[in-house]
Amino acid sequence: MDIYYTKDHEWIKVEGRSAIMGISAYAVKQLGDITYVELPETGKELTKSDVVCTVESVKAASDIYAPVTAKVTEVNTSLDASPEKMNESPEEEGWIAKLEISSPDDVNGLMTAEKYEEFVKSLG
Amino acid sequence: MKLTPLYGEHKKLVARFGAFGGWYMPISYEGILAEHKACRESAAVFDICHMGEFLFKGEAAELDKAVTQNVSGLGEGKSRYGFLLNDKGGITDDLIIFRISEDEFMIVVNAATAGNDYEALKKLLRKGELSDVSGETAKIDIQGPLSRDVLKGTLGIDVGLKYFNFGHFDVLGERALISRTGYTGELGYEIFINSVKAVELWNRLLGDGRVRPAGLGARDILRLEMGYSLYGNDIDERTTPDEAGLDMFVNYDKDFFGKKELVSLKEQGMRKTKIAFKTEGRRSPRSHYRILREGKDIGGVTSGVFSPVLSCGIGLGFVKPGAVKDGDGITISDGKRVELKGKITEVPFLKDTSLRS
Repeated sequence: MDIYYTKDHEWIKVEGRSAIMGISAYAVKQLGDITYVELPETGKELTKSDVVCTVESVKAASDIYAPVTAKVTEVNTSLDASPEKMNESPEEEGWIAKLEISSPDDVNGLMTAEKYEEFVKSLG
Repeated sequence: MKLTPLYGEHKKLVARFGAFGGWYMPISYEGILAEHKACRESAAVFDICHMGEFLFKGEAAELDKAVTQNVSGLGEGKSRYGFLLNDKGGITDDLIIFRISEDEFMIVVNAATAGNDYEALKKLLRKGELSDVSGETAKIDIQGPLSRDVLKGTLGIDVGLKYFNFGHFDVLGERALISRTGYTGELGYEIFINSVKAVELWNRLLGDGRVRPAGLGARDILRLEMGYSLYGNDIDERTTPDEAGLDMFVNYDKDFFGKKELVSLKEQGMRKTKIAFKTEGRRSPRSHYRILREGKDIGGVTSGVFSPVLSCGIGLGFVKPGAVKDGDGITISDGKRVELKGKITEVPFLKDTSLRS
């Protein structure tokens, strides 16, 4: 499974047309303790850069964007009761949604893990 | 932006910083929720050096003319909360006055308003001597049910003061003023000490494993769970103590600056009134969200957070007078997608804390 990142700090793991997405360790560190995740509905059709959901932390509410054009096939309902999973394991247990990608070419515009690491470093 | 004497210590603790009232302050260290929990269940220390301290040498009657609280009736070793008003009856600042001796007082004010307060008080206090000692005074708060034990263990002093009382104690070879006050709703103390001792005191307190450093993020949740107003959010120049539900901190039996205008506004009727509310679910109400009652906009939120203790949203706001009463259902809306079901409630949101233990 290949992992890619966006400039808005979402990650997406892709295998063929299936994907799973969430927000990066860097993003959750910026947000602080997450207290609520407004999950998208299963079946929702997302266009790249649409708002997928809102994540609320003790500091602010932040919109999370779709890294690619896709349909939501499953959401991580365990975040309803345990939003802190996003802080504890942002890139594994704290995933937000599983997706079915409409156009696989979308991932070409995203950053690889190495590129993203450089990008985060450049933010200081 | 200004830095407190503890800036280097916060850097060592890898704090996250933010701007507050012209100061670069620690917002959190290990995490806002963990720091909040430490304060509610154990003890937390806060760098509050940004707040201003003035000394006034003169008659209580002179101070009485400047602020809303009863100063003449205040015993030595006691402190009292109240307001400095503007010439329209609005709140220039909320402040605590400490009576050190018959004719010696300390006035503790908010960081952002300190300069303005000093100018206003300088004009109002015609007799006596006012001095700004903010620069040489460090203020470190220790708050939490274990804070008395911690002071005993780390500084070897048994403070044992009653709520809103204070005394002078030998702390690290320095004469420090310690008051049983705070902004968290827990048993706690505010330590005022010469700023050259700030770093040593901070580290001494943190040497006790039961104590965690806590930032302004946790402090905001802690104060809001008690329903305490924050100057700049919930009270300001355009709000009277009456409108803010804080009329009990105004002594109408004496004359004070802004009283005439305040009384005249009271007679005309409140322009707005403060309310407190809870919302369902884990979503946080936030400042500037609107308050709706039966679909009609009745006011706005001035402070809102997710309360980790109550596991629901809590907030303060202002509505049109008479628009709601205790227990009424309301909706909190961001005007876009967020709609939270809520209910008007009384403060404090949290009861049974260690505050008066």
